[in-house]
Amino acid sequence: MNAEDLVQAVKGRFPQAVLASHSYRGDATVVLRRDSLLEVARTLKEDAAFQMSFLMDVTAVDFSSFGKKRSPAFFTSSGVAVSPSPQIPDREPWPGPPGASSSRFAVVYHLFSLPLKHRLRLEVPVEERDAEVDSLSALWGSADWLEREVWDMFGIRFRGHQNLKRILMYEEFVGHPLRKDYAVNKRQPLIGPVN
Amino acid sequence: MSGDTGFLTSRLEEAIGWARKFSIFQYPFVTACCGMEYMATACSHYDVDRFGAGLPRFSPRQADVLFVVGTISHKMAPVMKRIYDQMADPKWVVAFGVCTCTGGFYDNYATVMGIDTIIPVDVYIPGCPPRPEYVLDGLLKLQAKIEAQHASGQRPAPESRPEFVR
Repeated sequence: MNAEDLVQAVKGRFPQAVLASHSYRGDATVVLRRDSLLEVARTLKEDAAFQMSFLMDVTAVDFSSFGKKRSPAFFTSSGVAVSPSPQIPDREPWPGPPGASSSRFAVVYHLFSLPLKHRLRLEVPVEERDAEVDSLSALWGSADWLEREVWDMFGIRFRGHQNLKRILMYEEFVGHPLRKDYAVNKRQPLIGPVN
Repeated sequence: MSGDTGFLTSRLEEAIGWARKFSIFQYPFVTACCGMEYMATACSHYDVDRFGAGLPRFSPRQADVLFVVGTISHKMAPVMKRIYDQMADPKWVVAFGVCTCTGGFYDNYATVMGIDTIIPVDVYIPGCPPRPEYVLDGLLKLQAKIEAQHASGQRPAPESRPEFVR
């Protein structure tokens, strides 16, 4: 299935679960309600029409400072602009950031079907106060470590995960470094001075 | 101290220094991309064996020089300290690459801002990564330092921390 058909198929199967969808430059994305994630994911894995055998990545986005300040140009010294040139035709403009009323976090799942060779991205909005989603580690083994990474970096818990502990940082580390309110150079050394 | 050492003792120290500087058994503590440049230096084209440093030992008990090659994270720092502590005296430390010297361009939550905050460093080889010629130059500086060191363990003053513009 191509991206648009995939989005339509998921929408037709779960009209209640899909909050929004788009297929930007051939990449299908479906925004799901949090409480229906497990059901949709199981169908995507086991249904013959989808056969999403491979969970390629689980990650998260912190939107808390998104769009609130201009991002610095990366190559300021050379004067190379980071924003795309207006001369480049853009038939499929980026759908844009989520609305102002949206949740702080989004957990993002990248699925791939090895037999059918199609991809689908799932986004699940997560509130800051109740940062918890269902674990997919019972469906895909790869979710085990990927969800631990999301917990480590963003502090989003995964309900039903058997071993939800830090994977990149050390146990003594306080906080979750990829949250936008964690100062990027706040260091917590195990030995040596705090520098 | 060197003033009251006799003729024989000072000759002996010179001989020991000469022998030591050509038998550098290094422990390559390779954590990141600098390791590729380290391998290029160690291989036949640049041939680090010319300086007697061609035998890396993968046990700290058998090594004289700790080559810290690549970024050290705060999670890795205790391991590096332990390796350093396990090495027998006399021992030296080379900071290979700018990440080990100062943290390099990593100004973030994960990276140690220079390994000299944790262990003493004898020679700094900055560069991202340093070219093999630069590494050989650092090795020659280390040899000079080893040669000048007294058998009693008294060593020249440590190199001051290099200043980098942040």
